[in-house]
Amino acid sequence: MNSYAMVQSLSGGVLIGVAAALLLWLTGHVAGISGIIGRVLFAIKKSDELMWRVLFLIGLVVGAKLYYSGFAAAPAGRDHFPAWLLILSGLLVGFGTSLGKGCTSGHGVCGLGRLSVRSLVATLIFLSVAIITTTLVRHVFGLGGSNG
Amino acid sequence: MAKSFVGLLTGLIFGFGLALSGMTQPEKVLGFLDVAGQWDPSLLFVLGGAVGVTAVSFHFILRRKQPLLDSRYYFSSETHIDRALVLGAVIFGAGWGIGGYCPGPAVTLLAAPSWELWAFLPAMLLGIYVEKLWEAARENKAAVAEVAEQNDCS
Repeated sequence: MNSYAMVQSLSGGVLIGVAAALLLWLTGHVAGISGIIGRVLFAIKKSDELMWRVLFLIGLVVGAKLYYSGFAAAPAGRDHFPAWLLILSGLLVGFGTSLGKGCTSGHGVCGLGRLSVRSLVATLIFLSVAIITTTLVRHVFGLGGSNG
Repeated sequence: MAKSFVGLLTGLIFGFGLALSGMTQPEKVLGFLDVAGQWDPSLLFVLGGAVGVTAVSFHFILRRKQPLLDSRYYFSSETHIDRALVLGAVIFGAGWGIGGYCPGPAVTLLAAPSWELWAFLPAMLLGIYVEKLWEAARENKAAVAEVAEQNDCS
């Protein structure tokens, strides 16, 4: 990794943190994306406000669109990556984040930010399991690696 | 109205940050998770930058009794480490480690979808839907069991 990539990652991270801080400061809500998706699509209650959530999701897409149209090319699909693995991965990510009430943004960025022990436990678990899984998939099963 | 604008603005900053950080490049994410391969530490900087900002700012924000545009904060007050939290994190970790996508980047990439997103995103939404159904069924069962128990006692 060169220092340019390092600065990019760090500034991207800082922007994510700033967005989460603004949302909490102004509206009192946590920027947990799996939760927002789940609420908007499947589990909106009468007391939940739909509009800011929908606009947040639209904002995500528009923000990335700005970046990809002005600064860098969008990532291309991996030709060698098996579609069934992506489908399996999607099912697990959806089910797991809904059951565990949070993902990288909710537990990782926001939960750690407010020093929640639940979020710390969740983050340590999903990070460790992800590292083990990637190692298994790539080095033991030889699937989806950068060489196909 | 003001809240809607805040939603859009914060989503915009978040989405731009995700794309800039490299989180929307699954190959980069897997390069970070693959500690046995050619390890790419850059995601450590993403997490460090984001949590650095939230840890400091949340401390000051939460000193205020209420947010600027609302009367209360909306995060979970749950502190118990339950089975759902642990099992959910394990299942999510496995999925993230396979594909390299987590929910934020998956939505964000609608800005410039490759073929991969059309496999991953619908499956992710189906996963959420199935879990919600399962959770509702479990809650119903628990409610029925409770009623049955009360009837037994009376």
